[in-house]
Amino acid sequence: MKLLIALAAALAVLAGCSSAPVTEGAPVEDRGAAAAPEGATTGGVSTTPLPGSDLERQRLEADRKLLTDPASPLSKRSVFFDFDSDRIRDEFRPLVEAHAKFLRERPYQKMLIQGNADDRGSREYNLALGQRRADALKRALALLGANEKQIESASLGEEKPRCTEQTESCWAQNRRADMLYGFEL
Amino acid sequence: MLMAALLLAAGAARAQLTVEISGTGGNQIPIAIAPFPGESGLQPQITDIVEADLNRSGRFRTLYTGPQNLNETSAIDFGAWRSRNADALVAGGVYPAGPGRYEARFRLHDVPKQTQLGGLALTLTPQQARATGHRIADYVYEKLTGERGVFSTRIAYIVKQGPRYQLQIADSDGANPQTALASPEPIISPAWSPDGSRLAYVSFENKRPVVYVHSLATGQRQAVANFPGSNSAPAWSPDGRLLAVVLSREGGSQLFVMNADGSGVRRVTSSAAIDTEPTFSADGQTLYFTSDRGGSPQIYRVPVGGGTPQRVTFDGSYNVSPHLSPDGKLLAHITRQNGAFRVAVRDLATGQTQLVSDGPRDESPSFAPNGRMIVFASEVGGRGILQATSSDGRIRQRLTIPAADVREPAWGPFLNQ
Repeated sequence: MKLLIALAAALAVLAGCSSAPVTEGAPVEDRGAAAAPEGATTGGVSTTPLPGSDLERQRLEADRKLLTDPASPLSKRSVFFDFDSDRIRDEFRPLVEAHAKFLRERPYQKMLIQGNADDRGSREYNLALGQRRADALKRALALLGANEKQIESASLGEEKPRCTEQTESCWAQNRRADMLYGFEL
Repeated sequence: MLMAALLLAAGAARAQLTVEISGTGGNQIPIAIAPFPGESGLQPQITDIVEADLNRSGRFRTLYTGPQNLNETSAIDFGAWRSRNADALVAGGVYPAGPGRYEARFRLHDVPKQTQLGGLALTLTPQQARATGHRIADYVYEKLTGERGVFSTRIAYIVKQGPRYQLQIADSDGANPQTALASPEPIISPAWSPDGSRLAYVSFENKRPVVYVHSLATGQRQAVANFPGSNSAPAWSPDGRLLAVVLSREGGSQLFVMNADGSGVRRVTSSAAIDTEPTFSADGQTLYFTSDRGGSPQIYRVPVGGGTPQRVTFDGSYNVSPHLSPDGKLLAHITRQNGAFRVAVRDLATGQTQLVSDGPRDESPSFAPNGRMIVFASEVGGRGILQATSSDGRIRQRLTIPAADVREPAWGPFLNQ
């Protein structure tokens, strides 16, 4: 357990969150339904390489490659939403499933979801709309087997638009939740 | 790490707000401000500031006096001023008062009644000429309208220039802008502590929104709400002891209250909806806030200690960003009508609502501490500007910064001398 906590702390530093981030270690927990086909958790027992060890570095590097390889579905990180909605559209189901599986098989991985909103109306209300989208994506990932404690959901509201024109196609790009992993923070 | 990219800057920023005025009040008081003998060495000249302030309020019309040989001790030829249609006259002078110091003395006269309404003697350094003008304008305004003037108060706002965000504070006429915080990441929702010494705001410098309290005198800042998830929408209680904030740490966006140092967090609302944009009532007992618990965003109120929220707005499908007048009688908020976002002012006693801005993208209304004016964010030609309107919508001012977006204004409190 101490190792897990140390690893979690190391990952938190990696994540660039210095104060109160997702620092709770991924606990040793058998979620039953979601039996991991491979990887670190089996029957409630997990092995974890020492922080800073070659094995850990290799494992994180392999993860990073998987997440950034354009051929991998995991390289896609954005889920888009309808106006004033936090419903995850069917077209994003495979993407959410892929990331849920990735997290489920790697309890040491952490994700930050950043929700976004288009820029019409109040900034703080839009921040809350982005939060609602981030929360919805977190719930979907958890339902598909990721541990909630691996995931932090926050909002950027309308503050970091991907597109800045006042058109519907542009607003649609900004109604979005992005999934970021530790090495990207 | 990212903190290293942040820069705390003092001193004047390059950009300066410029003020344009349109519209006029109903009954403007015609007033003559005689140039003060002895002020010609000051920059700016004190009576220029007094004139500009009174004109900008929309409640006065300043009369051209030409050169006068008047000071605070002169006998006034009331008949002559009456024939020039002046209802009031300010006469005074500026006198040396030791090394690097001056004294400004003036008297305010009621011309029709041929009486003196009072006067002041103010000591100043040459750097305080502008502030002295604001104080004289405040005095005149209060004597003649019965309400406190806001010429000596300040406005905080956010400037976005390219990829840079700055939290700036300027005099209420837009002069003297100072940068309190500069960051490569967004800053929103500045809120003044009631004593004007601190600003709370939301910064995104740590990949997610965190609420900071920033001491203006020292530049020191503290993250007072930095929980996992989003931390936002800070509002001060009238006694400055509490902050209402919105946290997502327990899921969703919900109202919480904490001590101003971030301790003693407790939850106020418990809904499955969005609850955000809290603001305290004048007596500190009630929070007004935005919630979509009824299906569309509307304004509600709830006791600070918790309880059942009551809905306040019913007209339309989008009413957000509540802000109360200091006397607690008026509620300013943003309303959407035909796709346009405009500032509305609601009389809480009668429920009557009046639109006081034209839109189409107005946001963030904030009352001046005397309740007479409301500053808000607006957009013209795709650029963010600030506008101020009288609470009845008759007088408008525009404050723009060339080549930058200005937004998120918060009008500061009265400062006790």
